[in-house]
Amino acid sequence: MEYKDYYQTLGVARDASQDDIKRAYRRLARKYHPDVSKEPDAEARFKEVNEAHEVLKDTEKRAAYDALGNNWRAGQDFRPPPGGFHQDFHVGGEDLSDFSDFFSSLFGRDFQGGGAAGSRKRRGQDQTARISIDLEDAFHGATRQLRLQVPELGADGHVSLRERTLNIRIPAGVTQGRQIRLSGQGAPGVHGGAAGDLYLEVEIKPHRHFTPDGKDIQLRLPIAPWEAALGATVAVPTLGGAVNLKIPAGSQSGQRLRLKARGLPGTPPGDELVVLEIVAPPAKTEEARRLYEHMAEQLRFNPRAELGV
Amino acid sequence: MAQRETRIEGIVLDEGLAVTLTELTQLCGSSTRTVQLLVTEGLLRPQGQGPEDWRFSGLEVRRARRALRLRRDLELNLAGTALAIDLLDELDTLRERLRVLEHQLGTRRMRELG
Repeated sequence: MEYKDYYQTLGVARDASQDDIKRAYRRLARKYHPDVSKEPDAEARFKEVNEAHEVLKDTEKRAAYDALGNNWRAGQDFRPPPGGFHQDFHVGGEDLSDFSDFFSSLFGRDFQGGGAAGSRKRRGQDQTARISIDLEDAFHGATRQLRLQVPELGADGHVSLRERTLNIRIPAGVTQGRQIRLSGQGAPGVHGGAAGDLYLEVEIKPHRHFTPDGKDIQLRLPIAPWEAALGATVAVPTLGGAVNLKIPAGSQSGQRLRLKARGLPGTPPGDELVVLEIVAPPAKTEEARRLYEHMAEQLRFNPRAELGV
Repeated sequence: MAQRETRIEGIVLDEGLAVTLTELTQLCGSSTRTVQLLVTEGLLRPQGQGPEDWRFSGLEVRRARRALRLRRDLELNLAGTALAIDLLDELDTLRERLRVLEHQLGTRRMRELG
């Protein structure tokens, strides 16, 4: 197993005071806490920081760790001293089951209390993962495959990574950033304890045309100037297929029309918000140029009247 | 590495969900008293009058889990936790707004470029 340099992890000197260690931990915890951080490897970094703090904040554990000597380097192959010395340590807290092999070789993996601690039932940790889905999946619902690397505690007390494949039913109507709780799919329990839960955070991939906003769906709809001026009924795409939309006469760019209940399903379902965008036809032909010139002469229209010019 | 195939269905933590105080403590791995403290602090806003009638939405479940983890890992007091959670919620809202607006801008640019 690999030697872990806990001082390096916290970025403190080997002779740092307990206060320095606490400050360094808090600073890094604020930076890497998975609930706060947007760093891509926040969860892994936070685990390392947490493990280093667990050892260095406790003067007895720190002394035992220091007794290994200071010639070790992070990542170096490490063999624990014969017999270890973990009988003397009781590790507190609930979220320690994913500490490193190195940690457990020094301090043991059976936490809390005296002699009977080894057989104490403990619930597995909750875990969080992200799942990226298409907007169409959010609309129709879908089954998606998710591969997870999960640490597994072997009978010998060592941790190995195992790949798990889960087929997950994505319910229709799920929106960006929502969590899906999968009961009992988190880390396995210890000594017959129940497994933790898995929380999946949903991310909806960008769509070519639609922009989801909660359960509502926005669409910019290009229309011709005469459709805006005279009114028209035009076909509009929605996630459930094309529908007809009546554009009132005298519409302008930026105006919003609402297609009730054409957004993501739910109670209540979302709407589709159509933002009109008038597109001027190019004046590439002689005929088109003539029409534009005719309008310019006949309409006497100043679009900048509000600007006072 | 062994693989295991499972087909599973989850529960979406959204506005439609309503969990009781007992269920919430199980989801958070916390005590009734701790949850009551979060409610008193205004950090959680359940529907219903007394603790027996309280119903927490999926969004409140998420707030509670986040609050309890932050309180423990960053050694925050209750007021600090409430502030952090409010600010994080606001940050989430703003990020979502930005995502929507950037996407709208993006589709518009694509159209302009032809």
